[in-house]
Amino acid sequence: MLAALRPALRLFVVLTLLTGALYPLLVTGIAQSVWPHAANGSLIVRDGHVVGSALLGQSFADPAHFWSPPSATARVPYDGAASSGSNQGPSNPALLEAVTSRVSALRAADPGNTAAVPVDLVTASASGLDPHITPAAAEYQVARVARARGMDPDIVRELVAAHTAPRTLQVLGEPRVHVLALNLALDAKAEGR
Amino acid sequence: MNAHDWVQVLFYLAVLLAIALPLGAFIAQVLEGRRHALTPLLGGVERLCYRAAGVDPAREMGWKAYALAMLAFNAIGLVVVYAMQRLQGALPLNPQRLGAVSDHSAFNTAVSFASNTNWQGYGGETTMSMLTQMLGLTVQNFVSAATGIAVLAALIRALSRRSADTVGNFWADLVRSTVHVLLPLSLVLAVMLVSQGVPQSFRAPVAATVLEPATASDGSPVTQQQIVVGPVASQVAIKQLGTNGGGYYNVNSAHPLENPTPFSNLLELLAILLIPAALCFTFGRMVGDPRQGWAVFVAMAVLFVAFLGVTLWAESQPRPALHALGVDAQASESQPGGNTEGKETRFGIVQSALWATATTAASNGSVNSMHDSFSPLGGLAPMALIQLGEVVFGGVGSGLYGMLVFAILTVFMAGLMVGRTPEYLGKKIEAFEMKMASLVVLIPPALVLLGTALAVSVPAGTATLGNPGVHGFSEILYALSSAANNNGSAFAGLGAATPFYDPLLGIAMFFGRYALAVAVLALAGALARKPRVAPGAGTLPTHTPLFVAMLVGVVLVVGALTFVPALALGPIVEHLQLQGAR
Repeated sequence: MLAALRPALRLFVVLTLLTGALYPLLVTGIAQSVWPHAANGSLIVRDGHVVGSALLGQSFADPAHFWSPPSATARVPYDGAASSGSNQGPSNPALLEAVTSRVSALRAADPGNTAAVPVDLVTASASGLDPHITPAAAEYQVARVARARGMDPDIVRELVAAHTAPRTLQVLGEPRVHVLALNLALDAKAEGR
Repeated sequence: MNAHDWVQVLFYLAVLLAIALPLGAFIAQVLEGRRHALTPLLGGVERLCYRAAGVDPAREMGWKAYALAMLAFNAIGLVVVYAMQRLQGALPLNPQRLGAVSDHSAFNTAVSFASNTNWQGYGGETTMSMLTQMLGLTVQNFVSAATGIAVLAALIRALSRRSADTVGNFWADLVRSTVHVLLPLSLVLAVMLVSQGVPQSFRAPVAATVLEPATASDGSPVTQQQIVVGPVASQVAIKQLGTNGGGYYNVNSAHPLENPTPFSNLLELLAILLIPAALCFTFGRMVGDPRQGWAVFVAMAVLFVAFLGVTLWAESQPRPALHALGVDAQASESQPGGNTEGKETRFGIVQSALWATATTAASNGSVNSMHDSFSPLGGLAPMALIQLGEVVFGGVGSGLYGMLVFAILTVFMAGLMVGRTPEYLGKKIEAFEMKMASLVVLIPPALVLLGTALAVSVPAGTATLGNPGVHGFSEILYALSSAANNNGSAFAGLGAATPFYDPLLGIAMFFGRYALAVAVLALAGALARKPRVAPGAGTLPTHTPLFVAMLVGVVLVVGALTFVPALALGPIVEHLQLQGAR
């Protein structure tokens, strides 16, 4: 073992420089020169201010905005500094309680709507930062958003469609609506931009 | 579940096979030290490593020297990663000014990353500085995977050589695997991931002013969201390729910055199984009979698809209790439905179930959904895949050497049935080989079951459960299974960063890795010394569908005999309870 320690130590140093320093620096160099926007967190800038990342969801509770999936991050919903899921198991009573209160909140914001609530609107995402909802969850909210804004539901629906991504290559993943981008577009329309 | 779900699965498996085949041939060239396509580019780097270390790659080692070199190298990694975590507060590249990691957590993480487990008792973005992640953890991601390939290479050589005293040179295998296989693949994958939105920078977190203030748990409004970036893509690439699984962020590849799109998900999923699958074909080439590699690959693939089917079906089922609350969880054109708790919208049910199966079949352990929130049977399948001993593709190198041990066990059992001396690839399997094989098969279950028994019988073991009832037991069983088999995924509700779990799981990871690796090298030493006998009339061919079926049977029977009682106390009871509550 002692005889093996010398080459082991030297090799460890070389491989550390190679894989721990050179490799990430090389990737960083390529990333920053080819895709600087993506490499720095896909920041969305409005009027000179960073308003979010195109990849991270945000928390919405205003009836005039589309709501994101529930977030289980501990300190505050959609906490970018500490991602987390609920980790509630299927037989955990707390899970059913949480779903019950989320259903009530949606119903309270939209009293006339008696449709069943799409499941992704009342269950917490894995990351607590999920930027998307399903097309079903968007459709469920269209009437509420339109009413709160005094807009024609069909115009809201068109905006939803414009912010809906299909499956990649028609095969991978699921169709999804980008909530933050959709809400930014709604706000921009309201401000007449 | 519908036809489209299986299209996603078939697409994945087809692409995987199409890349694994040529890669397997390439790795065989690398391990045999022959010239290959990347030699002009990387041969110089390889020679530089030998010169710096002062080793001669052509000098062959016996199994004991090989094992000592492996242990010495890994011991250094353990010490360095431990020290780096304890001292990170005083080291550079720490823009968030994170302090020293606690001693028990640092021990756990050091063992975890050296042993290719990458169990994470900590939240990445809130615990580890950029320097620790990069110079400590990323390095271990490479060298722990290369260690696995090296041990496997020794075993394969032992099977293909006749009456030899040596099994190769550890330093050469380590350097070649790192420089020619892991580095180029990681570079390509990391760059492709950046193109999808995975960050790669050294900047401090950015504070974004959010559209609507969010309400904190204490009721105060929060107007800012921290966007944490770092050298993420470079770490994610090797964490997937090296079956490591330790993510940059707390929620691993469920984090939108670690895995932003369905395409990045495909790339990462391919990377999870790529090298373990390719090594099957490497094995076939190196023993001079590609059919042997195919037989092992098919056995793994059969088990993979069977367990995937269970998880996919279980997670697609809407929960009756939610329907009663006025929730729609039926699959339709506009939503995948099913059990969406702890899943990301862009992945839905299929990509989540596929990932859960791949990451537990391989000893990867990264997640893109929260296994703790899976339905009882949906969570049972990934746990069982881990408990089978991480041999369904398994860890880089370690999965195949585990499966080859099962192949030896299979020919032994077949030999008992017909009363002949068993042989594998012309090597007679005798008492010493069976002792080593039994150690490899028995050590992980012993660690899992004894560790679980200990944890459920002391207050410190049950104090940090995340869920009440039998699901809490499942969390403990999953944690020990994951650690002892070097997987690293978790039923993450269990608070495991405690002075009780950190050392317990650390010990399980240590012996689950190094006791097995040494036993495999001892087995290699014994096999190398044997002559190769010509197949006779009583020899069981090991490339036929019959052998594949027997191999699958032995893996399942050994796993079932060992773990069904424990599983019956956890996920199976929970399933029955939920059914009964209807």
